[in-house]
Amino acid sequence: MTAKAILSIANLHKSFGGVAATKQVSLDVVEGEIHAIIGPNGAGKTTLVSQLAGVLLPDSGRILFQGNDITQMPAHRRPHLGIARSFQITSIILDMTVLENVLLAVQAKAGHSYRFWANSGDDASLVEPAMASLEQVGLQNQAMQMAGPLSHGEHRQLEMAMVLATHPVLILLDEPTAGMGQEDSSRMVRTLQALKGSRTIILVEHDMNTVFMLADRITVLVEGQVIATGDPDAIRSNPRVRQAYLGEELDSIPSEPRAEDPMAHSPSAC
Amino acid sequence: MDWTLLTVQLLNGLQLGILLFLLASGLTLIFGIMDVVNLAHGSLYMAGAFLCATFTQWFDSFLLGLLAALPAVAIIGLLVELIVIRRLYQRDHLDHVLATFGLILAFDTLTQMIWGPDGQVIPLPAWLDGQVTLTADIVLPTYRLAIITTGLLVGVGLFVLVTQTRLGMRIRAGATNRTMISALGINIGMLFSIVFGIGAVLAGLAGMMIAPITEASIGMGNQIIIVAFVVIVIGGIGSIKGAFIAAILVGLIDTMGRSYLDVLFKLFMSAQNAETSAPAISAMLIYILMAVILAVRPTGLFGPRGR
Amino acid sequence: MSLSTLTLRGFVTVLMLAVLALVPPLVDLTGNAFLIDLATRCVILAIAAVSLNLILGYGRMISFGHAAYLGIGAYAVGIPVYYEIYNGYLHILVAMAVSAVFAFATGLVCLRTRGVNFIMITMAFAQMVFFTFVSMEEYGGDDGLVIEVRSEFSRFINLEDATTLYYVCFASLLVVLYLVKRIVSSRFGMVIRGARGNELRMQSLGFDTFRYKLICYVIAGTICGFAGALLGNFTNFISPEMMDWTRSGELIFMVVLGGAGSLFGPVLGVSVFLLLEEFLSGLWLYWQLVFGIFLILVVLFANGGIDSWLSGRSKRSHDS
Repeated sequence: MTAKAILSIANLHKSFGGVAATKQVSLDVVEGEIHAIIGPNGAGKTTLVSQLAGVLLPDSGRILFQGNDITQMPAHRRPHLGIARSFQITSIILDMTVLENVLLAVQAKAGHSYRFWANSGDDASLVEPAMASLEQVGLQNQAMQMAGPLSHGEHRQLEMAMVLATHPVLILLDEPTAGMGQEDSSRMVRTLQALKGSRTIILVEHDMNTVFMLADRITVLVEGQVIATGDPDAIRSNPRVRQAYLGEELDSIPSEPRAEDPMAHSPSAC
Repeated sequence: MDWTLLTVQLLNGLQLGILLFLLASGLTLIFGIMDVVNLAHGSLYMAGAFLCATFTQWFDSFLLGLLAALPAVAIIGLLVELIVIRRLYQRDHLDHVLATFGLILAFDTLTQMIWGPDGQVIPLPAWLDGQVTLTADIVLPTYRLAIITTGLLVGVGLFVLVTQTRLGMRIRAGATNRTMISALGINIGMLFSIVFGIGAVLAGLAGMMIAPITEASIGMGNQIIIVAFVVIVIGGIGSIKGAFIAAILVGLIDTMGRSYLDVLFKLFMSAQNAETSAPAISAMLIYILMAVILAVRPTGLFGPRGR
Repeated sequence: MSLSTLTLRGFVTVLMLAVLALVPPLVDLTGNAFLIDLATRCVILAIAAVSLNLILGYGRMISFGHAAYLGIGAYAVGIPVYYEIYNGYLHILVAMAVSAVFAFATGLVCLRTRGVNFIMITMAFAQMVFFTFVSMEEYGGDDGLVIEVRSEFSRFINLEDATTLYYVCFASLLVVLYLVKRIVSSRFGMVIRGARGNELRMQSLGFDTFRYKLICYVIAGTICGFAGALLGNFTNFISPEMMDWTRSGELIFMVVLGGAGSLFGPVLGVSVFLLLEEFLSGLWLYWQLVFGIFLILVVLFANGGIDSWLSGRSKRSHDS
C-alpha cells in the first residue's frame, strides 16, 4: 500500500451475547478509492459499517479517521468530520417532502440548527445546495412531493442525495442498489461512478456486477473475519476467496449473479 | 421501636405489593405481547369490586360473591378486548392512551349509573374478620394475611402457567418476540383474547380483595393504575418477574415511607421541618424511585434492551 | 391537497379567530355573561394545547404530564398573591422560569427513554408536582388556594375586568400561535420534525437530536407555564386537582381531536371539547358516558383530527 489511508481500522472486535460478529478486523481504506466489502449473508458487513458510523460501539480495537481516533465517538458527531452513510433499509423521513429531507442534510452541514425564527424553506443558502444534490441523483422534479409515496428506487436516490448534500469525505454505503430494478440500479451505478476519485466510498454490496464495475479494492469478510483484501483481479483469483465464498459466482460474471433476494434481512442488519 | 406497628406496616406494604402485582402482571403481559397501553386496566379492578359487592349481597356470602364475580369480570374483559382493544393493535401508543382513557370515562359513568354515586360496602364473614395472635405483642388481622396468601398463591399459579404450560410458552414467545408467534402458526387473535381475559381476572380479583377494606367506589382504579404502571416500568415491560419484584418493592417503600419517613427525617432536621416535608416526600417516593431507575436503566430493571 | 379544501381550512381558521375576537361585544349584545367565561377558559386552554402540540404533534413526544405546567403557572400567581405580592410581571416571570427549569430538569431524564416509558415517566414527574402541592398545608394542600386578587400590570390593563382579561388571553394566544408557526418552519423546527419521522437518520446526518428535543420540551413547558398563570388569574383559585393525570389526558385529547401536528388544530380541538362538555353536561347527568364513547370513536375513526378533515386528507395515509 503506497497511498495514504484515510480510514484505518485495527483489530476491531464486536460480539453479541458471546457470538462474535466482527473478529479482529484490520483494514485500511485509501483516500479517493471505492472500497467494496463483500461476503455472504451474516458475514458481519452491516455490523462493521454500524461501528464505523458509531451506531454500534466496538468491544475492542481502534478506528482512525484522518489520523483521529473516532472509536468511541458518538454517531451524531461523526458526520461533522465528513462521514456520511446510507442504510441497508432505506432511511429517510417519510412524512416530509423530498426537498425537506435534503434540506435537513444541508442544514446538518451548515453548523448548528438553533435558529428558531427564520423559515428554513425560504433560505437560499439551504435550498440551492439541496436542489443541486437532488439534480445529482436526478430527483429535482420530485422535490415538492412527499417522500413517503415515492418508489423504492426513488427512496434510495433520495437517501443518496442526502448523503451527498453533507459533502462527505467518506461515504458508507450499505447495499445502495438493494431491491432496485435494472434501470434504477444502473442509474445509481452512474451516480457512484461520477463520484469516483472525488470521494472515498466504502461500499457494502451483494451484486457482484456492481462491485466489480465500481470497486478499486475489495475486502472479503466471512464470519466476521477478513479473509482477503486486494484489487478486483487479485480477489477474483484468490483461492481462499473462491473456496470460501465466490467460486461459482465469479465465474458467472457478467451474467446475472444475484444469489438471493436482496431485500432479505441478513442477521447482521441491526 | 413499636414492633407491633412495624409488623403491621410491613404487612400492609406486602399487601399493597400483592395487589399491585395482580394489576401489574396483567398489564405487563398485555403490553409485552400486544404492545397495548391499557389505562382502563384500573376500570376492571373497579368492576371487580362492584360486582363482588353485589354478588356478595345476593348470595349473602363473600366467598360465593367473589367466585361469581371472577367469571363476570372475565366476560367484561373479553368484551372490552373484542369491541375496543382489538382495533388498537395496529395503532401507536398515543391512540392506546386516548382510547383507553375514553374507556375509563365510560366505565366510571356506567358504574355510577348502575350503582349510584356512593361506595358499596362488602361485609366480611366472621372467620375472616378476626385477628391472628402471633406473640403477646404482635396481633395481625386475618383478612390481610388472607389477601397476601391468596395473592402469593395466584402468583405461583401464574408462574406455573407461564413457565410450565403450552399456553405459557406461547405467551412467553409472544412477550419476547412478537413476530415469532405468527411464525409458529399460533392463532394470535385467540392468544390475545386469552391474555387479556387473564389480565382482567387478575385485576378484578385485586379489586374484590381490597373492597372489604376500602369499600368499592367510583374511580378507585384511577390512582392505583398509575402506581401499577410505575411498577411495570420499574420492573421492565413484559417481565412477570420484574413486575413481582417491583410490585413488592413499591408496596413496601410506599407504605414504610408514609409511616417512618418523618422519623428518619427527624434524625437530621428539625422536628417541624421533618413533619412538613415528610408527607410530601413519602407520597413522591415511588415516583422518585422510578425516575432514578429509568435514569440509570431506561428500560427498567428486567426490561428488554432497546424497546 | 386541492385549492378548495385549502381554503376551507383557512376559512375555518379565520372564522374561528374572528368569532373569538368578537366574543365580548357579542356578550354585551346577548347579555349572557357566562359566554365570556367559557371563551376565556377556551382561549387559555388553547394556549396550553398549542404548547403541548409543539412536542406531541411536531416532535412525537407524548407527554402525559403537561397539566403540571398549568399548575406550576397558577401557583406562581397564587403563592405570591398569598404573600400580597401582586406584581403581574413578576408572576409571569416566575411562572415561566419555574416551568422552564422544571421542564429542563425532568426532560434530561424523560428524553432518555422511549415509547411507553416516556409516557409514564412524564406522568410520574407530574404526579410528583401534584403531591408536592397536596402536602403544602400552608397553601391549602388538597383544598387548594383562593387567589384573592388578580395580577396587577398597569393602569391600562386591569385583569379584574372580564373583558380585559379575555383580550389579554386572546392576544396571548395569537402571539403563541405566531411563535409556534415560526418555530416549526425554522431550522430548529425542521430538526424536531425530522426526529419525529426518523431519529436514527437525523443522528446519522449529524444532529444531536437529544439536545434539540430537550430545548423543544423546555419551550413547550415554558409556554404552558404562562398559560397556567393566566388560568390562575381566571379561576381565582388553584388546587392540585388541576394537575391530576386525567387533566393531562384531557389536554392530549384536545390536541388529537383538533389535529396533532397542525398549527391551528389544537385551538379547534379545545373549542369542540369545551362546547361538547358544556352542551352534554346540560343535557344528561351521565354525559361523561357519551363523552368517553365519543373519545374512543375519534381515536378509532377520525385519523388526523378535525384539521385533516378540513384539509381533506388523512394524515395516516402518508405512513407506510
